[in-house]
Amino acid sequence: MSQADKTDAPLDVQIEADAASQAAASVRQLNLAQRLLRHRSVIFGGIIMIVMLLISMAAPYLGTIDPAYIDPTNRNKKPGYEAMVQDQYDKEIQRTYWMGTDALGRDIYSRVIYGTRISLVVGLAVAALSVAVGLAIGLLAGYVRWLDSVIMRVMDGLMAIPGILLAIGLVSLSGATITTVIVAIMVPEIPRVVRLVRSIVLSIREEPYVEAAVAIGTPLLKLLARHILPNTMAPLIVQGSYVCASAILVEAILSFLGAGISPETPTWGNIMAEGRVFFRILPHNIFFPGVFLAVTVLAVNVLGDGLRDTLDPRLAKRI
Amino acid sequence: MVGGTAKRPPRPTGEAVLEIDGLSVALPKGADREHAVDNISVSVAPKEIVCLVGESGSGKSVTAFSVMGLLPKGQLAPVAGRIMLQGEDLLQASEARLRDLRCTRMSMIFQEPMTALNPVMSCGNQIDEVLRTHTTMSQAERQTRILDILEQVHLPEPPRMAASYPHQLSGGQRQRIMIAMALVLDPVLLIADEPTTALDVTTQAQILRLIRELQERHDAGVLFITHDFGVVAEVADKVAVMQWGRIVEFGDVHQVLTDPREPYTRMLVSSVPSMKPKLRGAREPAAYILQTKALSKTYVDRGFLRKSTVVEAAKDVDLQVSRGETVGIVGESGSGKTTVARCIVRLIDPTSGDIMIDHYNIATAKRGELHDLRRRVQIVFQDPYRSLNPRRTVGASIIEGPMNYGQRRADAESRARELMDLVHLDPSSLDRYPHQFSGGQRQRICIARALAMGPDLLIADEAVSALDVSVQAQVLRLLDDIRNEFNLAVLFITHDLRVAAQICDRVLVMHKGEVVEQGTAHQVFSNPRHAYSRALLDAAPGKDWEFGELLNAER
Amino acid sequence: MFGFVIRRILSTIPVMGMVALLVFLMLRLTPGDPAAILAGDNGTPQQIEEIREALGLNEPIHKQFLIYIYDIVRGDLGESYFFKKQVTELIAQRVGATTSLAVITLIITIVVAIPLGVIAAYRRGSWVDQVVMGFSVLGFSVPVFVLGYLLIYIFSIELRWFPVQGYKPLSAGLWAHLHRLILPGITLSVIYIALIARMTRASVLDVLGEDYVRTAYAKGLKNSVVLMRHALRNAAVPIVTVIGIGIALLIGGVVVTETVFNIPGLGRLTVDAVLGRDYPTIQALILVFAFVYVLVNMLIDLTYTFLDPRIRY
Repeated sequence: MSQADKTDAPLDVQIEADAASQAAASVRQLNLAQRLLRHRSVIFGGIIMIVMLLISMAAPYLGTIDPAYIDPTNRNKKPGYEAMVQDQYDKEIQRTYWMGTDALGRDIYSRVIYGTRISLVVGLAVAALSVAVGLAIGLLAGYVRWLDSVIMRVMDGLMAIPGILLAIGLVSLSGATITTVIVAIMVPEIPRVVRLVRSIVLSIREEPYVEAAVAIGTPLLKLLARHILPNTMAPLIVQGSYVCASAILVEAILSFLGAGISPETPTWGNIMAEGRVFFRILPHNIFFPGVFLAVTVLAVNVLGDGLRDTLDPRLAKRI
Repeated sequence: MVGGTAKRPPRPTGEAVLEIDGLSVALPKGADREHAVDNISVSVAPKEIVCLVGESGSGKSVTAFSVMGLLPKGQLAPVAGRIMLQGEDLLQASEARLRDLRCTRMSMIFQEPMTALNPVMSCGNQIDEVLRTHTTMSQAERQTRILDILEQVHLPEPPRMAASYPHQLSGGQRQRIMIAMALVLDPVLLIADEPTTALDVTTQAQILRLIRELQERHDAGVLFITHDFGVVAEVADKVAVMQWGRIVEFGDVHQVLTDPREPYTRMLVSSVPSMKPKLRGAREPAAYILQTKALSKTYVDRGFLRKSTVVEAAKDVDLQVSRGETVGIVGESGSGKTTVARCIVRLIDPTSGDIMIDHYNIATAKRGELHDLRRRVQIVFQDPYRSLNPRRTVGASIIEGPMNYGQRRADAESRARELMDLVHLDPSSLDRYPHQFSGGQRQRICIARALAMGPDLLIADEAVSALDVSVQAQVLRLLDDIRNEFNLAVLFITHDLRVAAQICDRVLVMHKGEVVEQGTAHQVFSNPRHAYSRALLDAAPGKDWEFGELLNAER
Repeated sequence: MFGFVIRRILSTIPVMGMVALLVFLMLRLTPGDPAAILAGDNGTPQQIEEIREALGLNEPIHKQFLIYIYDIVRGDLGESYFFKKQVTELIAQRVGATTSLAVITLIITIVVAIPLGVIAAYRRGSWVDQVVMGFSVLGFSVPVFVLGYLLIYIFSIELRWFPVQGYKPLSAGLWAHLHRLILPGITLSVIYIALIARMTRASVLDVLGEDYVRTAYAKGLKNSVVLMRHALRNAAVPIVTVIGIGIALLIGGVVVTETVFNIPGLGRLTVDAVLGRDYPTIQALILVFAFVYVLVNMLIDLTYTFLDPRIRY
């Protein structure tokens, strides 16, 4: 910085020192990746998420059997139950049911492991879609004045309908498939993203550097892409992670209430829904998937908090 | 060179109420320097006003907060020295003792009257809280006392003021409430931390007068923190000049302002623009680049089941600027000066009137035509920290405009290098990001970005107001130079009369959305015709001092 | 102030209208024959035709909407094809249990969450803060039904402090009524506490950084006085706002909690309607819950006038 300013005498000392100190400050600010990797929450949440992803991908190789396989001889068994079963080569082998079996004799362990897939797919899909759709609508609302009031009235209406109820309504109308469940969970999340994006756009467009960009003739699309969109990224990543956590929860709740993906499909919610009947004798039918569910959601939430702290500290004040 | 303070009789030098002796305050590890305040000594006698003056980051506020024991915990801590309040060392005092002393022996008022009062408590209650905390007075006694002190700070209708909430009062009134709260228990020391910086100049003058009056009546010593030498000249008995946490010079106000011993003080004092307009050579009348006719901007807030509010932010503004000329618009906040600037750049659409650039009308220009006109009018904003996109290199910011108009990247970049040179910055720093530059440097970059468009008219909207006085002087000089070099028309918007006096050929005075007076700078400053212009000039702090002449005399 | 109250009350009308429109469109925009969906899986062609007639489904869509709104305003929410009753009648039977549960939950939440949030803010960074914040993230993450079963397992099955499931109305005696609502209330309040404690902490922290808090210290006030009189009072508006927004969470939670604890309230009715593919009831319940949400938030907005003098315009 020393030669950056070329004006005369004693002032330079001060300006230089000033600039030097600022440069030093920026060096101390580690780059983003490093800061992220040093944040406890990011590490904790990130590792659990990676483990869950690996589990979902490697589900067939983790000592599981067909999660839909019904074995009438081994129904309602407690965790740790051992039995002789036929493997894929029709050979009799000893198998331990680490998490017991359900009322149809299906292996809970296999169902829980395979259930990871649905939860992650739903969580990630809802997060990505609601952020993408919300971003598009939010930009429109923030930049096109006449659309703003129309969009925001619709969003107010959507926000007034409690999310789970809206999802239940949508699923029960259109029948439960994984696609309809994703859409049904996504719709109630969109207004929150729209509001976030809109409020960022409205405040950023007042920033002098955006006004300066208008004054130097920057066309609208470039203005959005260069000066406004980058400001929405950090909050959206954070918001996306919270949406992901809540989507995983809501999917489980829908399944649990019988309004979700069809009962044969192994989802954590479905396993727990089936476990309700024999809860007094076999509480683990609820607790095993419950723990997986809680840990996954916790990991995503903690990851979200960590991302918020590193990417966008101001967001802590919003809700 | 007769100073305003010369009229006052010399103060009796009694026992000091406050004596700061060798105080050092440590900054957290990894800061740009070790100490926020480094081994400073100052004393304040009863009935005396001592000004701590310095540029931003010099440690003057830290000193004030150290005295009150209000330094942010865990970040700043006194590590050496003594702070003696009437012989009692505050650095040794317990938290409980400090609480007892606050508002009874020492009080503080702050910079932002808009936020310094609790918005959900009535003003009377907030003063009452002081009395309830520190005295055993009965309700009736307290009530009398509150009304009495509100009377003393010259608030109209004290009972109504006591019942009102802060948001119902103006900035000046709130600062009066703060002063009343600070002085209600007759403290021996009043600390004023930039108490008038957030106020308009006419309000500022009233508050300064009030502080002087009450300080005399209550026999209090005042430690007055400010960055403004005009204010120093107006109120100080003694001045301590701070730089980088140290006191560079401490002495009688007259001596410091007229005969500074230290080069730094001399530089600061000589950077203060003079209220006397520079005599500029008479100009050949040239064709107007910019001409507004009856320019108006009205905001209407239509209420449902409540009164609609109509604000005429600008009303029938006629102004002309020609090539090579700097025209100033001066006025207080809310006068409409910035509204006019934003209309001319078409950041907002005027409600009515014409804005002619040559013979094109910007006020009604449609998209394509507006796009062409934008090149010809450029603007530099007030806040250097928000005027550049923090995510883009300064080079990218400068070449963005020309490239929007089809210039090739290579050409735009070589032009950007020339411009960096022109604004006295190193062309090789084009690939740096804004946070690597100081405020003054950023403002130069903004000027370069504007010049890259090759404009005919440059609008400077409070462009030097956020800068320290020494940096301000440089940027003003730069603006003057480029105006001459490019024969630019400059529209200079400012609330600071001194700055206007130094840079403007002609001046418009705006008040409540209307132009109340316009004329050459010389004419407006030496012989204002409109009552409001006179009041404005009269209120300028330290108007009788000729700071800038010091430097000129020496050259 | 009077103007503010009237305006705030009137402002709920467009929102409720929008909610009604959305619920109306939900059915009409779904692929398939709305009448067939409404009749459910076992609907006979005759039933379907009756529904079509009753809802005017052969009319143009704007006319259908007018009929729909007219019915709502009259208090006619349609007929349940599963329970063979007017939906309003069903709701009237069930609303008591849900109201009791919601009130108990709200009380538990406010009593626990606000002190936790204030303490966490005041002792920011300390172990207290970390525990509270940790609890809050956990509270967001544990599914309501898992928590419910966990509490039943520990307190009802193992410790036998509470009945396992079930509900007694207030008419059966106050204690019998409360005894069966304590566990569900705790279950339901956990996520709500997590939300409110977090928000309380954030807004108190915000206020503690304000200039007027510094002024309060400069006046020589004690920490506790500054915290309670100046900080909490000013933090109240955002906290109360979130309590209102949290009602949406509460309603979602009610559906699950009533199922877990077998409480015959509106939430349970929703689930029964879903299982019975009783769309008219689902639709009516969505509408009712949304209206409740809008009205509660309106009432909360009206309390602002007491909390913040700046809002009395």
